[in-house]
Amino acid sequence: MSGEPKPASPGTDPAEAAPSDADTATTDTTDSDTTEVAPPDADTGETETAESATAAAHTAETAAPAADETDATEPADDGTGEIETGADAVVCALENAGVEHLFGVQGGAIMPVYDALYHSEMAHVTMAHEQGAAHAADAYGVVSGAPGVCMATSGPGATNLVTGLADANMDSDPVVALTGQVPTDFVGSDAFQETDTIGVTGPVTKANFFADDADDVGTDVGTAFALAAGGRQGPTLVDLPKDVTNGDASEDPGEPRTPSTHDPPETAAPDAVAAAAAVLAAADRPVILAGGGVVKADATATLRAFATEHGIPVVTTMPAVGAFREDHDLALEMAGMHGTGYANMAVTMTDCLLAVGTRFDDRLTGGVETFAPDAAIVHVDIDPAEISKNVEADHPLVGDAGAVLDQLAAAMATSPDAAAWREQCRQWKQEYPLEYAAPADEPVKPQYVVEAVDDATADDTIVTTGVGQHQMWACQYWTYTEPRTWVSSHGLGTMGYGVPAAIGARLAAEDDQDVVCFDGDGSFLMTCQELSVAVRENVDVTVVVLNNAAIGMVRQWQDAFFGERHMASEYPWVPDFDTLAEAFGARGFRIERYEEVEAVLDEALSYDGPSVVDAHIDPDENVYPMVPSGGDNGLFALAEEQL
Amino acid sequence: MSRNLDRRRDGLAGPEPGERDRPVGRRNADGIRVDPDVEVEHDPRRTIISAYVRDEPGVLAGVSGLFHRRQFNIESLTVGPTQNEGYSRITLVVEEPDPGIDQAKKQLGKLLPVVHVRELDADPVARELVILKVNGEAPDEVHAITEMYDGETLDAGPETITVRITGDEGKIDDAIDAYGQFGIREIARTGQAALARGAAETARVDESHT
Ligand SMILES: Cc1ncc(C[n+]2csc(CCOP(=O)(O)OP(=O)(O)O)c2C)c(N)n1
Ligand SMILES: [Mg+2]
Repeated sequence: MSGEPKPASPGTDPAEAAPSDADTATTDTTDSDTTEVAPPDADTGETETAESATAAAHTAETAAPAADETDATEPADDGTGEIETGADAVVCALENAGVEHLFGVQGGAIMPVYDALYHSEMAHVTMAHEQGAAHAADAYGVVSGAPGVCMATSGPGATNLVTGLADANMDSDPVVALTGQVPTDFVGSDAFQETDTIGVTGPVTKANFFADDADDVGTDVGTAFALAAGGRQGPTLVDLPKDVTNGDASEDPGEPRTPSTHDPPETAAPDAVAAAAAVLAAADRPVILAGGGVVKADATATLRAFATEHGIPVVTTMPAVGAFREDHDLALEMAGMHGTGYANMAVTMTDCLLAVGTRFDDRLTGGVETFAPDAAIVHVDIDPAEISKNVEADHPLVGDAGAVLDQLAAAMATSPDAAAWREQCRQWKQEYPLEYAAPADEPVKPQYVVEAVDDATADDTIVTTGVGQHQMWACQYWTYTEPRTWVSSHGLGTMGYGVPAAIGARLAAEDDQDVVCFDGDGSFLMTCQELSVAVRENVDVTVVVLNNAAIGMVRQWQDAFFGERHMASEYPWVPDFDTLAEAFGARGFRIERYEEVEAVLDEALSYDGPSVVDAHIDPDENVYPMVPSGGDNGLFALAEEQL
Repeated sequence: MSRNLDRRRDGLAGPEPGERDRPVGRRNADGIRVDPDVEVEHDPRRTIISAYVRDEPGVLAGVSGLFHRRQFNIESLTVGPTQNEGYSRITLVVEEPDPGIDQAKKQLGKLLPVVHVRELDADPVARELVILKVNGEAPDEVHAITEMYDGETLDAGPETITVRITGDEGKIDDAIDAYGQFGIREIARTGQAALARGAAETARVDESHT
């Protein structure tokens, strides 16, 4: 694939383009003119209950004069790029932060901000669904390292973002969300499309802000940006009442700044570092457990230097896949529920675990009683609240992953004497290879497809996924060698992440990087409408649906733990995803036999534009090794009988 | 590159769970390494956490939401302004095992409006106020109890007597017990307010937050 992503033309105002472009799924903005005239009640396209309609009419009656003042029919400024309104300040704050792409969906309450974008150089990508906007922004943040930005209107627009924000929050992905809100005077009146967005998103964001002043709204956005990017990254949100974005403002909000109460430490206490280094140097069976924080801190080179210098085997968590080349002699790959046998043996038998930037999620640890039970734990994390939250740290080192690894490197007087341990780890790698049986007369194995795509693409290819078995195969059977190439939904496990994430990743990636999405048939059905966006924006991604006509991961658990009662986990029918792709304007392909795999993948990957490969895989294939929920990592099962 | 299907692969292999090396140690449910033969339980303890916060909309919702979400056991929560305009003090009485108290403090510290968090040591200066409404049939006896607890009668009528008692938690619990004999109609308790004893600071606050 060589196609360059075609950024949305800055002049393409989605509200304007929508009526003439039936593919965009944004035609609901056609009634936004009426919304603009007399919000919040006049959005006639919506069905309302008699009760709420009356309430809204009443609200509009009593508060109409105020609304008229703040919501003029004409745009509040001429959109020239001068700062005249709060919305201009919002746009200026984003530009000051270096934002290049925005993902969102228009709507009444956010219209002033969109209007202010009219002359901006920033490219806005109109997504089919706000969840897609949030996931695209999330993946954009993961791949680029800087916050991805998503936008939505009030009410349903904002609530549609919630899944994506919760996902980003769990994975500490940098995202800034901007949501429209009803005018300040209407807040609390159950106005049309009013939701308590601050209340709803509080538990799933790192921080959120209700903008209450046009003069400060640009600073609020800058603060949200700085917070999303700084310290432990995460999603932030600014709720933008329409009177605030329409209100007068003139100041350039300047560069993003974090508030004074947010002050993450860069380096750890030297005494603690020295003590940790001494324990590590004296260890017989040391292991480094690299978490997503290593990637977030851009500390993968530092990690690699440290591990190779001291000969310490490296295990990763799922978000850290790619943080340490999986083809390296010291690489044990991912530990946990579907981790490798050798990684799980190593984390179980280690006597000193250097854990960097991980929150010891239960899918990694299994039952904490049996997690690295012989190990002194050195825990490096920028968030002090992660220290001893799930697993007690013997040596807490609070600071930036890269900076603390540098400190540790300087403090290590000697390397651990671990030749025998390295040999043991090598032996485990021999004993527990990730293999699969692929008889030629059986349906195509998903692992084979994953390996075939890996073989057909360059090392820096980015992989996004949905959630389920296909995600685990994509993780296990692809050899990741670079950070920020594995882009998945880890902590929240959000089906539907894959396609919109591929779009966000594509726009953040280098032009010559390929982007592949491994999706499940179930996951694909949750967000496949975003294909319309990929086609419209000419976003070159290849979606490989590992189609088992089932929500397979659930079926696997039913096989193992629910007496093979396949309740609501099998699809008696799924659409032809290749034909569906063609209907969206993408290229569609189909794989049913091994002989077709290479040729079809070649064609799909070389097509300059979005393509979908509907790969019909063995519906009975399950994901192993497996540590059951809460189980003992060292007792991972290689097959169902061992559970 | 073409994949070689002829290469026979048999699926996952390797020693079964029962044949593997095993660790000797274990952890408890809090993830703390323990002697495998002794089960140590962390008993919950009651303590006071004081947070000095910027007074902005949503700060109280943020704190109470956090405690609810993370299942920290909270006995009382009080909030009020301080001598510094724009800043409030939130006093929380929590009952948790040590790891929970530690988590509660750290998670509180992550909330943006929170400037400083501190657990007050064993002997803080702490008081609570209770207003009790009891049946008015025995005014003299009620009065005697009120005197005994150094309280105050706020309202007295033929049907009910309402009194105020101030004290530490123990004293208030005792007083409530003592009034029980008259028939308590209603109780309103404020929860504890507290400061560190002596010259010790309850919150370490630099000038930018005063
Ligand atoms: C939004 C959402 N709903 C439900 C689930 C529960 N769930 C986890 S995996 C899974 C099956 C996913 O099916 P599919 O995308 O086809 O992947 P497969 O396991 O078959 O590869 C389900 C339903 C989830 N993770 N996310
Ligand atoms: Mg499936």
